[in-house]
Amino acid sequence: MLKTFKKGGVHPAENKFSANAPIVAAQLPKVVQIPLGQHIGAPAKALVKKGDAVKVGQLIAESSGFVSANIHSSVSGTVAKIDNIIDNSGFSKAAIIINVEADEWEESINRTDEIIKDLSHSPETILEKVKSAGIVGLGGATFPSHIKLMVPPGKKAEVVLINGVECEPYLTADHRLMLEKGEEMLIGIKLIMNAVGVNKGAVGIENNKLDAIKHLTELAKNYEGIEIVPLKVKYPQGGEKQLIKAVMNREVPSGALPIEVGAVVQNVGTAFAIYEAVQKNKPLFERVVTVTGKSIENPSNFLVRVGTPTSQLIEAVGGLPDDSGKVVSGGPMMGKALGTLNTPIGKGSSGVLVFKEEEAVRRLAQPCIRCAKCVSVCPMGLEPYLLMTVAENKEWERSEEERTMDCIECGSCVYTCPADRPLLDYIRLSKTTVGGIIRSRNAPK
Amino acid sequence: MDKLLNISPSPHVAGDYSVKKIMYGVVLALMPTLAASVYYFGIGAIIVTAVAIISSMLFEFLIQKYLIKGETTIFDGSAILTGLLLAFNVPSNLPIWIIIIGALVAVGVGKMSFGGLGQNPFNPALVGRVFLLISFPVQMTSWPIPKGFDTGYADAVTGATPLGALKEGLGSGETMSNLLSGIPDFMQMLMGNMGGSMGEVSAIALLIGFAYMLIKKIITWHIPVYLVGTVFVFTGILNYFSPEQFASPMFHLLTGGLLLGAIFMATDMVTSPMTPKGMAIFAIGIAVITVLIRAFGAYPEGISFAILIMNSFVPIINKYVKPKRFGEEVNNG
Repeated sequence: MLKTFKKGGVHPAENKFSANAPIVAAQLPKVVQIPLGQHIGAPAKALVKKGDAVKVGQLIAESSGFVSANIHSSVSGTVAKIDNIIDNSGFSKAAIIINVEADEWEESINRTDEIIKDLSHSPETILEKVKSAGIVGLGGATFPSHIKLMVPPGKKAEVVLINGVECEPYLTADHRLMLEKGEEMLIGIKLIMNAVGVNKGAVGIENNKLDAIKHLTELAKNYEGIEIVPLKVKYPQGGEKQLIKAVMNREVPSGALPIEVGAVVQNVGTAFAIYEAVQKNKPLFERVVTVTGKSIENPSNFLVRVGTPTSQLIEAVGGLPDDSGKVVSGGPMMGKALGTLNTPIGKGSSGVLVFKEEEAVRRLAQPCIRCAKCVSVCPMGLEPYLLMTVAENKEWERSEEERTMDCIECGSCVYTCPADRPLLDYIRLSKTTVGGIIRSRNAPK
Repeated sequence: MDKLLNISPSPHVAGDYSVKKIMYGVVLALMPTLAASVYYFGIGAIIVTAVAIISSMLFEFLIQKYLIKGETTIFDGSAILTGLLLAFNVPSNLPIWIIIIGALVAVGVGKMSFGGLGQNPFNPALVGRVFLLISFPVQMTSWPIPKGFDTGYADAVTGATPLGALKEGLGSGETMSNLLSGIPDFMQMLMGNMGGSMGEVSAIALLIGFAYMLIKKIITWHIPVYLVGTVFVFTGILNYFSPEQFASPMFHLLTGGLLLGAIFMATDMVTSPMTPKGMAIFAIGIAVITVLIRAFGAYPEGISFAILIMNSFVPIINKYVKPKRFGEEVNNG
């Protein structure tokens, strides 16, 4: 019996078309737009100005607060301007725009393929390198990684839990990375374990990636303390709380962080980025992006420099098919629909999905028939139908009582609703409103 | 790039589910029962079913078109289902005009007056059925004796249902063993060879439908299992202490509308609770009221009343019975 989380969950069609496509480096763009806010928290502060020459890996914007992250240039060339652009959130945000002129890297970066297994770094060194490399959670949440490596006083880390679930349909970036950079990833996991001072690591991988499970299990024999845990395929197993429940059978209390139950959770891509930062001095300026869709000719996995326009990746897989109706950044369950294809790939962009016209339009909402499917699939044990109704009625106190803030926005309720009701739209509305109410209530008087 | 793209919040994929699929799934699950009704009651079953379905759809159409003046949704399957269930809850010799009144009450009062699909607190088919039972007690309790196509429609020979015979017999002082010898045995009951409402006689056909709905995940097992289980235990206790006064649990399971009610009426999504725990309370409540009516009440059968009574408790059950929230009470021991 494979492990999985117990409460709720759905199983959407996997459609992992690009699972067998090796990672290839995407072509260098002519111009990159590097947003200053690619992470959760305060946007970074630009350190360059128009006309400055920059190299690949050069720090161009620095962290501007506790929850913030450094940003490095992904290309070499000249800063054209610092201007507002539309990023994949759909909002206009500041970005550094660089004209690409060559591909000259910072000399401190080790560009060889050699695998460096030296694990003698002190926890402080690891933390410092992760922080200065601007590493954020690459699973999509983009929370600055170094913060997760600092165990708060009074809490104790027990297990480093690595998320190799990739439960979103279509996406295969993590899958390919596990297959192609498995050894580096395990070293990265060891580094994380050393940084937080634990001797147990676990990598949760869903059972639809048997090759990755086999490969990593083989490699992990040489890395003491790391266990590869195959998991039953179920969405949203990649949710932090669901993954902890599945692998460790512990439940993170409502409103608390994973460290409450002794877990430090990082994505496989982040583990690889930490390896590169610590062992190779390479900051985070490129990542693996899956570009796929039912009508796409060559679904692919690209190693993409941050700031590359989305349109360039779509051109690289054969161009936007005529029957396209929607382009999504990220996975189909939680990704964001793009308003313009000029938006740049950021640190958190795991995929570019192209949907056909007929898949792109929502079906018309019908009356709720109270089938309770949304209640049964909610992984947080909420009642989406009720949260939607109270949000429609603007009953914000009731929304809070019914725990709207626990919603992880996985979309399982909408996926399963036979009446095609916009449950999550209303839950988001109530989360935003209730979140504001809670903040003003807690604000110092 | 001159192509306009769609924008919407996530999720961007939806499962292959729809209200129509659910409704027609239940209709399909009722087909074995329809076949059994026709097998036992012949032409009457066909007439009653056709009239009930057509008039339910017609009333829904007329109300949506001329009273509400909105969209008409008669092919979403729910009106067909209401008609079908209404037919299954009446005798196969019910006069056409009574069926039409039943459909009007079921769809008009039971469903549309509350705002249509999804809004009604009570099971529409049962609203119609109980209205007819109270208004036309003679016609609603004259049960044709099953003789296949020889049963006839208006000219059918009628007799009592096993539950009715038992209630009347015990009331007039006959002994239990005497009464049971005059009633079909359990095998006959399982197949459906006895008097009763069209859709309730054949246990085996109802169970096939139940299995289909479980496999297709249209309903969960909770309500039928808790309901039937409670009836079994409750009647078992009564029977154990006073076998002369109360029939055996098996008798109660196979007679009357218990299985039809447990599998198809109490599981109506709109009028049943949202959580497994709530469903358990709901089902146990129905079972207890049903047995109380059967054992001590004036009517031989009580599941229709029991379901309607518990329907009225559903909002309060939903208010106080909540699913276990993730991370609410944590025991990581």
